[in-house]
Amino acid sequence: MPGKLKVRIVAGRHLPVMDRASDLTDAFVEVKFGNTTFKTDVFPKSLNPQWNSDWFKFEVDDEDLQDEPLQITVLDHDTYSANDAIGKVYIDIDPLLSNEAAVVLSGWFPIYDTIRGIRGEINVMVKVDLFHDLNRFRQSSCGVKFFCTASIPKCYKAVTIHGFVEELVVNEDPEYQWIDRIRTPRASNEARQRLISLMSGELQRKIGLKVLEMGGNAVVGYLQCFDLEGESGLVVRAIGTACTLDKLSNTATSLLPPCSSPSKDLKEVPFSEDPNPVTHSSGPSTPLKNQTYSFSPSKSYSRQSSSSDTDLSLTPKTGMGSGSGGKEGGPLKALYRQQTQSAFEHREFPFFTLTTFPPGFLVHVGGVVSARSVKLLDRIHNPDEPETRDAWWAEIRQEIKSHGKALGCHAVVGYSESTSICEEVCILSASGTAAVLNPKMLQDCSMEGCSEHRLSRQPSFFSTGSEKGEFDFFLQCQDSASILGLDDSSSLGCSFCHIPYDELNMPFPAHLTYCYVCRKQKVPDVLFATVEPPLEAAVTGKGCLIQARLCRQKKKTQGEANATAISNLLPFMEYELHTQLMNKLKLRGMNALFGLRIQITVGENMLMGLASATGLYLTALPSPGGIQIAGKTPSDSSYEQHISNMQKKINDMIIKNREIYEINPPEILEELLGSPIPESRQRSRLFRSHSESSDDVSELDLSHGKKDAFVLEIDDADAVEDIHSLLTDAPTPSGFYSCNTEIMPGINNWTSDLQMFTSVRVFHLNNVTSLTSQGLNKAFSDLCENLLKTLYFKLRSMVPCCLCHVNFNVALPEDELIQVAVTAVAITYDKDQAQYITKVCTDKTLLRASAENEDQLQFTLELCMETQSTQSAQLLSPSKAAGITESGSLQPVTPAAQRATSVDYSSFADRCSSWIEFIKQKAQTIRRGSIKTIASLDKASPLAEAHTRHRSPTSCINSTVTVVEMTPLSFIPGAKITKYLGIINMFFIRETTSLREEGGVSGFLHAFIAEVFAMVRAHVAALGGNAVLSYIMKQCVFMENPNKNQAQCLINVSGDTVIFDRDTDVESAPAQPQTSGSQTGNGSGDVIT
Amino acid sequence: MAVELDVFVGNTTLIDKDVYQLWLDGYSVSDAVTIRIQSGILEQTGATPDVLESDTMDHYRTFQMLERLLHSPPKLINQLLFQIPPPMQSMLIEKYYAFDEPFVREVLGKKLSKGTKKDLDDVSTKTGITLKSCRRQFDNFKRVFKVVEEMKGPLVENIQQNFLLSDRLAGDYAAVVFFANSRFETGKKRLQYLTFEDFACCAEQLIQNWTLGAVENRTPAANLGPASSTSQIDHAQYPGANVKRTSGRSYCQSPDSMVDDMDVDLDREFLQDLKDLKVLVTDKDLLDQHKSLVCTALRGKVSTFNEMETSFKTLSRGLINIAAKLIHTKDVRDLFIDLVEKFIEPCKSDRWSTNDVCLFLTQYTNTARALDAFKHQCLWERYMGTIKSCIMKMYHD
Repeated sequence: MPGKLKVRIVAGRHLPVMDRASDLTDAFVEVKFGNTTFKTDVFPKSLNPQWNSDWFKFEVDDEDLQDEPLQITVLDHDTYSANDAIGKVYIDIDPLLSNEAAVVLSGWFPIYDTIRGIRGEINVMVKVDLFHDLNRFRQSSCGVKFFCTASIPKCYKAVTIHGFVEELVVNEDPEYQWIDRIRTPRASNEARQRLISLMSGELQRKIGLKVLEMGGNAVVGYLQCFDLEGESGLVVRAIGTACTLDKLSNTATSLLPPCSSPSKDLKEVPFSEDPNPVTHSSGPSTPLKNQTYSFSPSKSYSRQSSSSDTDLSLTPKTGMGSGSGGKEGGPLKALYRQQTQSAFEHREFPFFTLTTFPPGFLVHVGGVVSARSVKLLDRIHNPDEPETRDAWWAEIRQEIKSHGKALGCHAVVGYSESTSICEEVCILSASGTAAVLNPKMLQDCSMEGCSEHRLSRQPSFFSTGSEKGEFDFFLQCQDSASILGLDDSSSLGCSFCHIPYDELNMPFPAHLTYCYVCRKQKVPDVLFATVEPPLEAAVTGKGCLIQARLCRQKKKTQGEANATAISNLLPFMEYELHTQLMNKLKLRGMNALFGLRIQITVGENMLMGLASATGLYLTALPSPGGIQIAGKTPSDSSYEQHISNMQKKINDMIIKNREIYEINPPEILEELLGSPIPESRQRSRLFRSHSESSDDVSELDLSHGKKDAFVLEIDDADAVEDIHSLLTDAPTPSGFYSCNTEIMPGINNWTSDLQMFTSVRVFHLNNVTSLTSQGLNKAFSDLCENLLKTLYFKLRSMVPCCLCHVNFNVALPEDELIQVAVTAVAITYDKDQAQYITKVCTDKTLLRASAENEDQLQFTLELCMETQSTQSAQLLSPSKAAGITESGSLQPVTPAAQRATSVDYSSFADRCSSWIEFIKQKAQTIRRGSIKTIASLDKASPLAEAHTRHRSPTSCINSTVTVVEMTPLSFIPGAKITKYLGIINMFFIRETTSLREEGGVSGFLHAFIAEVFAMVRAHVAALGGNAVLSYIMKQCVFMENPNKNQAQCLINVSGDTVIFDRDTDVESAPAQPQTSGSQTGNGSGDVIT
Repeated sequence: MAVELDVFVGNTTLIDKDVYQLWLDGYSVSDAVTIRIQSGILEQTGATPDVLESDTMDHYRTFQMLERLLHSPPKLINQLLFQIPPPMQSMLIEKYYAFDEPFVREVLGKKLSKGTKKDLDDVSTKTGITLKSCRRQFDNFKRVFKVVEEMKGPLVENIQQNFLLSDRLAGDYAAVVFFANSRFETGKKRLQYLTFEDFACCAEQLIQNWTLGAVENRTPAANLGPASSTSQIDHAQYPGANVKRTSGRSYCQSPDSMVDDMDVDLDREFLQDLKDLKVLVTDKDLLDQHKSLVCTALRGKVSTFNEMETSFKTLSRGLINIAAKLIHTKDVRDLFIDLVEKFIEPCKSDRWSTNDVCLFLTQYTNTARALDAFKHQCLWERYMGTIKSCIMKMYHD
C-alpha cells in the first residue's frame, strides 16, 4: 500500500446559476479516485461556495497513482430530482509522484463540462505521501521523470543517454461501444476523456518501467500520440529517449545565458583542450530520403512479435555503411567504425527523439531518413496484446534503421513517428536524421567522467556486447579516434556537415565538394535534417521557413484497393515535395534544411503533403547554384521571351532573398584557399522530362558564377505551375522572420516578449473533382500562405520578431474540407543588437580561429578588449573594428583567456558590468516600447512563493491569477529555468448541440482553444509553475454537422511545467564559481544579454 | 474555396485597441473592416482585405466572449479563460464603461427602464451613435445602477469596487446613478446648453451635501462644534468639513437607517426642513435686511450693481422657493430647470458676469448669518453651499 493521496476542496467561484428561481446554486463536490468517492457538504445558495473541507484520504497502490486521474465533480444539490452536474476537473497527479518535482498541487481549476465548457472555478489542494517501494517486481515506475523537451533539460546534466524507448497501449473507443447509443453525449465524452487519461497514465508507467530496466531515471523528448482508429479502437503510443539525468546541484550552474539557445549549459570542455575525437573521413552526402512503401493488409500481418516489447529477432548485420567505410579508411579507421557500429547494433533501435544536442555530440549528419507504410485497420480484438500495432511500428523502425545504415550512419536522431487515418486506412510514418554520434558524449557528458573512463578503457571495451546494448563501448571509440589522429574539425563547426558515407560508394548520387570551412573533408551540396541546427554550426545570414505543399486527388475506394492506391501515390508525393523544397531552398540562396517535417495526410478523396523546414546557409557547404529555366525544344520567339522573363524574375528573387536573409558567404576564403571543386561535376538536377542530359545545359549558367545551376524545364503545364508557385510565395513582411526550429540562426538577442498562439482554419473546396491537380495545389498553397499572412498581420505589434517553431498540422476531416492548424511562438528581438551580432558572426567566419560558436567568440572578443582597455561601454559601436583588429591575436589568446577566466572570473564580470548595464538599459527601453506588455511577468515565483498571487504594480486591480507563459520552445528567452515540475498531458473533448448560438464553428472552436489554454495554465499554476515549455498541440480533431447544429472537437496538448526566473540581476550570475565549461557558456550568454 | 472556420487564439489574448473601439462603437464586422481600410492600414502593413476581415472577426469574437466578463469586471480580473495583462484589463474595462457625451445627455435623469430602452433607436438617430453602442451604454448605466442602488456606503467607492473604474469614470457613473434615481429633468430645451460635466459636478455636490450618506459621513464632524465656515468656496474643496451642522438635530443616526441608501437618495429630513428657509422671503424685514446687507457688501464690487439691486428680491424669492418646494419629488426633478429659470436666466439677461454671480451668491449666503432673526444657519449653509456650487457650474453660455 505504497501511497496516500490527500485532497481538500477549499472553495468555488463564478459558478453558474443552477436554480433559476433563486438565481443561485446549492453546490457540493464529489472527489473520486479509482473506485473510492468522497463528498463535501452542500454549500447552499451561493455562486461562490466555501466548502473548506477536511482532507479526503485515498490509500492506493502507486500503480494506480500513476494510471488514474483524480476526478473532481461539482454538482448542484437538488432535493427532489437528481443532482445536476456542473462540471468536472481531472487532475493528473503524476507530477506529485516524483520527489523532485512539485510537492503540492493547489489552486483554482476551471470546472469543465464537455457540453457547456468552463463553468466557474474550484480551489483544490492535493498532496501525496509516497512510501517508497523497493520491490523489484513492482509494476509502477514512480520517480521516473518525463520531459517533452527534445534536449537535455536545463537544470540537468545527462550522465548517460540510454536510447530509444517506446510503448503503446490499445483499447476500445468508448465512442464506438454499444452503450454509446443509449448514453448521453456528455457521458460518452467523459468516458472517453477518462479512458484516455487512464491509458496515457498506464503508458507513461510502462515506459517508466522500461527506463528503470535500462538503468535510467528520465525520459526526454517524450512524444505521446493518440490514434483514433474509430471502430477499430483507440491507440495511445509514445516514444522517447531514456536518460540518466543528474540534477545540477548548484543552481547557478544551470544559469542559462538569457539569450541562449537550448542546452548550452551542457557545453563541453573547450575543444582546444579536448579535441573532439571522432571524425572518420570518408565520402560525401546529400540529403537523402529513403522511402519505402509497404502495403500489407492487416489480415496478412506477420506474427513476429507477441508482446508490446518489440523484440524482433533482428540479426544485427554489418550495415552497408560500415562495410564500405572499411574499404576506404585505413584498418584502424575501419576498426573504429566497426566498433562503433557494432556497439550501436546491439541496440535494437539506435534512435534518439532528441533534436538538440550538446556541442560535439553530432559528429556527422547523413541526411533525412523516412519510411511510410499504409495499413488497413482491423478491430483490435484483444487490447492486452497490441501485437499488430507493435509489429507495424517495428517494421517501420527496422526500415529506418537500415536506411540509416545505408547512409553510413549508426544512429538516427530527431526521430519521430506519426499516423494519418481516414476510415480504415492508416498511413504510418517515421522519420529522422541519420547521424554518426560521438559515443563518448552518449555515455558521459561531464569532464571528470571522461578521464575516468579513459582509465577504465579495457574493461568497458569488453562490455560492449552487454545485454542492454548501452553505449558502454564509447571509450575505445574515443581512443581509437585519437589514435587515428583525426583533426579537430568539429571545433570549427563544420564537422557535422562532413559526409559519413563512403565517397566511392555513395548511397545516392550526390555532388561533393571539400568543406568550405576546414577544406579537408567532403561535404554534400545540400543537407537536410530533422534536428535543430547544431549549436556549433557555422551559419551565414539568417534562416527562413520553407514549405512544400502538395495535394493529390485519388479515387474514393474501399479497403485494399484504397490502400493500394495510396501506396502508389506516396512515392510521387515524396518526390514532388522534395523537388519543391529544393527549388524553394535554391530560390532563397540557401543550402541546408533543418527541422524538416513531412506530413502526409490521407482523406477520402485526396492526399495532402506538407513539408516544413527551416532553410539555412551553412558556411561549410557550397553556395547553391541558381535555378535555370529551360524551355522545350520547339520554341518561338515570344516563348523565349516569356522564358527569359521568368528567368530574370527568378534571378532577381534569388538576389533579393540573399539580401533579406543576409547571406553573404565569405568569398575571401575561397580565393585564399582556392576551391578544390571535385572533378566529377555531377549536377543535382530536376527533370520534368527525361530528354536532356546535364552537360547540355552547362552553358546556360549565367548569373551565378561557377556555381552549379538547378535546371527547371518547362515543357508542360505542371512545370509552369511550379515556377509560378515558386514566384508567388509571398515574402515575409519586413521585421518578421520565421522558422520551424527552436532558434533562428543569426538572431541571438531575444527580448522576453513572447506570444504563443494557435490558429486553426478549415477551408471548403467546392467541387474537388472538377479541380485540376494544379488547381488543388494552388488552393492549398494559397491557404497556407494566407494563413501565414494573417499571422504576420496579427503579430505586427511585436515587430521586429521571429515566429519560431511554426508547426503546421493538416487534416482532412471530411470530403471537401481541409483543416490547417498552426501553433508557434512569436518572440520579439532587439534589432540593433541583431545587427551587432551579425557583424560578429561575419567576423567570425573570417577569423574562424577556434570559435566553437558565436557566444564563445563574443566572449573571447570581450576578453581581448579587456586586456587592452576597459572601455567596454564602447564595445557596441566599434565591435566590428575590434573584431577585425583582434583577429590576429585571437587564436593564441583564446585558450589562455579561457583558462584565465576559470580562475578569476569575477574580476571580468566586474569590469564587464558597466557594459552589461548599458545593454540592459537598451533592452529595457525596447521592451517598454513594444506594445505587448509583460509587466506582470517581472519575477517568477519559486515554489515557496508560487502561490502568492501576482499583483500588478500599475493598476489598482488585484488579480489572483498567476501569469503562465506557454511556449513550444524548450527555453524562455531572457529567463532561467529553475525547476521542472513535471509533464502536462491533457486531453479534452468539447461538444455542442447549439452551434449557431455559440457563434458558429469559429466561435465554438475559439472558445474551446481558449478553454484548453486556460486549463493548462491553471494546472501549471497549481503546480507552482509559471510556464509550459515544449508545448505542443498534438491533436485537434474537429467535426461538425451544421445541419444538426452540432460540432465536436478533441484536443490533446502536452508540455513541461517549469518555474522560470526572469534574470534581472545578470551581473551577479557570472561571479559564481563553476566548472570551466559551463562558465564559458554562461559568461558569453550574459554578455549578450 | 471558402473559409469555413478561422480562429486565432493567443496564450496572451491579443487585443487591438482600435478594433475594440470600433466594436464598442457598435460597428458590424464589415463596417469595421471598411473603416480600417480607410485608415490606411492595408498600405502600412501590406495586408489584404481578407486578412483584415479575418483579423477583425477574430477580435470581435474575442470581445463577444469578453463581454460577459466585462459585465462584472471583478470577474474579468479573476477569470482564467483569457490571459490579459493587468494594464490591458483596465483599458478594456475603462473603455467598455466609457460613454458618449451626446448619449448620456439624452438619457441622464431618465428612468433606466425597459421603456427608455425602447426609445433608444430615437436616441441613436438623434445622436448618430449606433443603436448597438447606445444599448451597451444604456445597459452599463442600468447594470451599475442595479448593483449600487441598494448598497450602503459612498456611491463612488461602491462603483469603483464593483466595476473597477477610474476615479473619474466612477464619479461620472455616480452622477448617472444619482440622476437616474432622483429622475432629475435634464432634457428640457432650457437645459440643452448644459454639458454632462456640468451635471456631473452638480451631482457630486448634491451627493456630498444633500444625501443621507452625507449625513452619515459628517456625523463626527458635526460633533466637533459650532460652525466655523468662513467661506463657502472652501466648501467645494472640503465638503465633509462643515456642511453638516444640523443645529442640534441629528439626522438618521438610528441603526435601522443604515438599511437605507446612503448616497443615492436625498436626505428627506433635510428637504423637509428647507421649508423653514421661507422665512427669508416671507418675513419682509428679514428680506429687506438681507438685501441691504448684500448690497452694502457688493457696492462697487460688481459691474451690474443696479440690476442686482433691482432683481434681488426676485432672485432671493426664486432660490428660497426652490428650497421650500424640494420636499415634493416632482420639484426635486425640476431642480435644474428651476435654477435656470429662476436664477440663471434672469442674471444672464442682465448680463451678469460669472464673477458677479459668484460674489453675489457668496454674500447672499454669508450675510444671512448676520440676520439675528434667522435661526437656520446650518440648514441655510447646507442648502446654499450646494446651490451656489451648482449655479456656478451651470452659469455659462
